[in-house]
Amino acid sequence: MSELKRTPLFDEHLAAGAKIVPFAGYEMPVQYTSLMDEHRAVREAAGLFDVSHMGQFHFRGPQAAAFLDHLTPSRVSAVPVGRAVYTALTTETGCFVDDILAYHVGEEHFLVVVNAANKKKDFAWIASHRAHFAIEFDDASDRGALIAIQGPKARRIVARIAEGFDGLAVKYYRVVAGKIAGHQAIASRTGYTGEMGYEIFVAAESAPAVWKALLAAGAEDGIQPAGLGARDSLRLEAALPLYGNDIDETTSVLEAGLEFTIDWDKSDFIGMDVLRHERETGSARRRVGFEIAGRGIARQGHRLFDGERDLGPVGSGSWSPTLKKAIGMGYLPLEYNLPGKTLEVEVRGRRLPAVVTPMPFYRRPKAKKKGA
Amino acid sequence: MRMPRSEDCQYTKDHEWIHRDGENAVVGITDFAQKELGDIVYVDLGETDRAIDAGEEIGTIESVKAVAEVYAPVSGEIIELNEALADAPDLLNSDPLGEGWLMKIKLGDAVSLDDLMSFEAYQRFLEEEGH
Repeated sequence: MSELKRTPLFDEHLAAGAKIVPFAGYEMPVQYTSLMDEHRAVREAAGLFDVSHMGQFHFRGPQAAAFLDHLTPSRVSAVPVGRAVYTALTTETGCFVDDILAYHVGEEHFLVVVNAANKKKDFAWIASHRAHFAIEFDDASDRGALIAIQGPKARRIVARIAEGFDGLAVKYYRVVAGKIAGHQAIASRTGYTGEMGYEIFVAAESAPAVWKALLAAGAEDGIQPAGLGARDSLRLEAALPLYGNDIDETTSVLEAGLEFTIDWDKSDFIGMDVLRHERETGSARRRVGFEIAGRGIARQGHRLFDGERDLGPVGSGSWSPTLKKAIGMGYLPLEYNLPGKTLEVEVRGRRLPAVVTPMPFYRRPKAKKKGA
Repeated sequence: MRMPRSEDCQYTKDHEWIHRDGENAVVGITDFAQKELGDIVYVDLGETDRAIDAGEEIGTIESVKAVAEVYAPVSGEIIELNEALADAPDLLNSDPLGEGWLMKIKLGDAVSLDDLMSFEAYQRFLEEEGH
């Protein structure tokens, strides 16, 4: 087995007493104090995540946008500078090589963030499709750090130590450049928790200082460092798919319920014909959310049943700290995509009753208008 | 329940503690075990008044992230389960050696706890396991 890598923030995690686990080739913090505490901090105040393990690819050149238009179902070329788009690297069958975020950070320059576990695969996939495109493509994963600050207090905390950002009150999926605690940074209003927040790109050598500055700036608001454990329970409550659990090379973009990433007016992208056909004939199954009606927790790989009919595996399943019940997602035949429909999950030889539930399981309260 | 001292308990390799009081004993999980599991949300130990054999799987403890089996540290009969855990499973996290106890066992005839680890031996066991 190859040596595990460390992010530029590894020493910060150790100093904070984090429990470290191997994840996607990295030694990563899974929790600092308790998953529940960290989860609650993000929902009620703010949490700080090290997501530097994720891959960062740069696409530069006159055809960078056209190339991303070919690789993804989205019209990346229509995304103006200063905005980001969530989309997929699609297979020839309209499934997922990966799900990605593409940030239009400058003229003819996109920064694409990919899943840590898929870095090598994505790099090879992209390289094998670039033949006719005039682009420069490089993997900057080891040079850059990525810090996510998420939660209702995130904006005010960042504002205390930010300078030069053209208004941090940016809208969802905007990307702005400036300085945080004196370090060059790119901040985007994106995240993986269902809360308001930013993902902040800094150089690897700036990461520890920025991390410490954000924790200090947020101390009075109750900011906490949050690990992979809370990240997973937060994203599940928000019904955001996790690659390898909820989407992969066998689940189509339509089955996954991510049709919003597809621009049907495009004339070309990998997997387009298969997805068009699926759209016309209808998907056989759909990513559906459920909750357990009783005691017990469904987890990845447990089977979903309707009587004797095996409906398929649970993709993601966990306890929801916010809703205080067990929730999960899996692919079910279309007739089960109906809130209230009852199912069963087999957990260690026992059948637990489950009910199909609308997604997301959790939606953050709308921010109060000033003066309201 | 009176809280036993760590030094007065015996320990298993499955990270359970047992504290003998005459012919009965109280069983729980160690502080190490609760830390490994993280936030506990369900404790399922089945029914009371049943015979158990040493090493037998007698229930499960489920945290947000994981599930762990509970094994009988000795043979005997479960005479009481900690009912407080049904509504407050987090007692296992906050007070594993006190309010978070799991069950009381009536020890079978000739049951000895001598094969289990002392507190010192358990500390050495944790170190040897690399914790």
